[in-house]
Amino acid sequence: MKQIHVDSIIEVVRNICQEANFYLGDDVQRALEESLKIEESPTGKTIIEQILENAEIARKHRVPMCQDTGAAVFFVELGQEAQVVGGDFTEAINEGVRQGYREGYLRKSMVNDPLMDRKNTQDNTPAIIHTRVVPGDKLKITFAPKGGGSENMSVVRMMKPADGVEGVRDFVVDWVKRSGGNPCPPIIVGVGIGGTFEKCAELAKISLLRELGRLNADPRFASLEKQLKEEINDLGIGPMGLGGRVTALAVHIETHPCHIASLPVAVNIQCHAARHKSVTL
Amino acid sequence: MSRKVRLNTPLKEEKVTSLRAGDEVLLNGTIYTGRDAAHQRLLDLLEKGKELPFDVKGQIIYYVGPSPAKPGTPIGSCGPTTSYRMDSYAPALMKIGLKGMIGKGPRGKEVVEAMKRYKAVYFAAVGGAAALIARSVKSSRIVAYENLGTEAIRELEVEDFPVIVANDVLGNDLYEEGIRKYSRRK
Ligand code: SF4
Repeated sequence: MKQIHVDSIIEVVRNICQEANFYLGDDVQRALEESLKIEESPTGKTIIEQILENAEIARKHRVPMCQDTGAAVFFVELGQEAQVVGGDFTEAINEGVRQGYREGYLRKSMVNDPLMDRKNTQDNTPAIIHTRVVPGDKLKITFAPKGGGSENMSVVRMMKPADGVEGVRDFVVDWVKRSGGNPCPPIIVGVGIGGTFEKCAELAKISLLRELGRLNADPRFASLEKQLKEEINDLGIGPMGLGGRVTALAVHIETHPCHIASLPVAVNIQCHAARHKSVTL
Repeated sequence: MSRKVRLNTPLKEEKVTSLRAGDEVLLNGTIYTGRDAAHQRLLDLLEKGKELPFDVKGQIIYYVGPSPAKPGTPIGSCGPTTSYRMDSYAPALMKIGLKGMIGKGPRGKEVVEAMKRYKAVYFAAVGGAAALIARSVKSSRIVAYENLGTEAIRELEVEDFPVIVANDVLGNDLYEEGIRKYSRRK
């Protein structure tokens, strides 16, 4: 059995918390550069140029690209032949967040209680951790900080199987329309279809980790992704919602089998500050 | 066609009324920051008839909650937060002389109406362009509510802070007009 010490988990988490917030991914960078060629609105162009310049400054000076450095969301794949030793796994992730957010001068945005006190925990913990046990002896940790602006523009709907492809399409497009400029377009639209109430929400979020430019492996869903992107960009919302051709850089769909009576659909919107970083131990 | 304008604060009424939705503006001078919790406190003071921690006449409030400043820098990354959460507070502040607001996302009807009535404008800053905006901030000083942390009210000295006029004193709304212009839906 391979042993992984909590100290090494703390260290990598501390680092990826900072890296994800300082360095915009190459795929997002490329997609933004491409979008500049498509955008017709002068205001929209100015905005995309500012976003690209911003990424450059963040990278060069190691400062967060956005002040909202997010809730600390983690996706963990734990190999069934690996064993975490030396302490509590969840606490190790939280300690990594604590250290990373302090060291990187990242904003602490978590409150201890959602409704009554809403007191800032001062260290951005607790992290939100989704763990899956997988074959092998590796531990893969993905950090995907999520800002409030785009997370707030997310939704789950339990649709009827009879709503079909058209129903799902209309729901997603209408939802993006209603969100307008709030989630900081250009956005990436994560769509989870199937599973159960909580499963489709998780799928929508996981879909945002996919490299931009890659389509769903199933050609039917790939074509739905393309269609949705086109319809969303026809809305004219544009960069920051001030009008333009570029609203979505991509639409990602992930699916799961579901109950005969159900058609759960979730939309998780990701702003252009699409941050995620993985590391494998 | 959108124009490019350089403006100094405090804003003079004739300057404010000459701005049009779509204008790209570089702001210079002093601006104040405030978001949810700070607005709640300002409104509580107004209701009790007490004095505010700064004079809002002719001023601009920037809806922002910056990340912590690295040593040797005046402020951390500081892009705009979503403005609609401040909608219920904004008209009362315009009534006593606030001339500008900076944030992201559209405003509610009452806010747009109040901008017409009290001659104020709403500027959109680019959400997520937080490191870029931080470079235009030359100094930062906490004016009130230090215990609110990122939500404290700060006085910022800015140089060429890039914003776009989203709503002007005539009731024009770039969020509506821009989208209408580029929409391909019937
Ligand atoms: S939606 Fe994204 S880019 Fe916009 S403020 Fe929030 S984290 Fe930053």
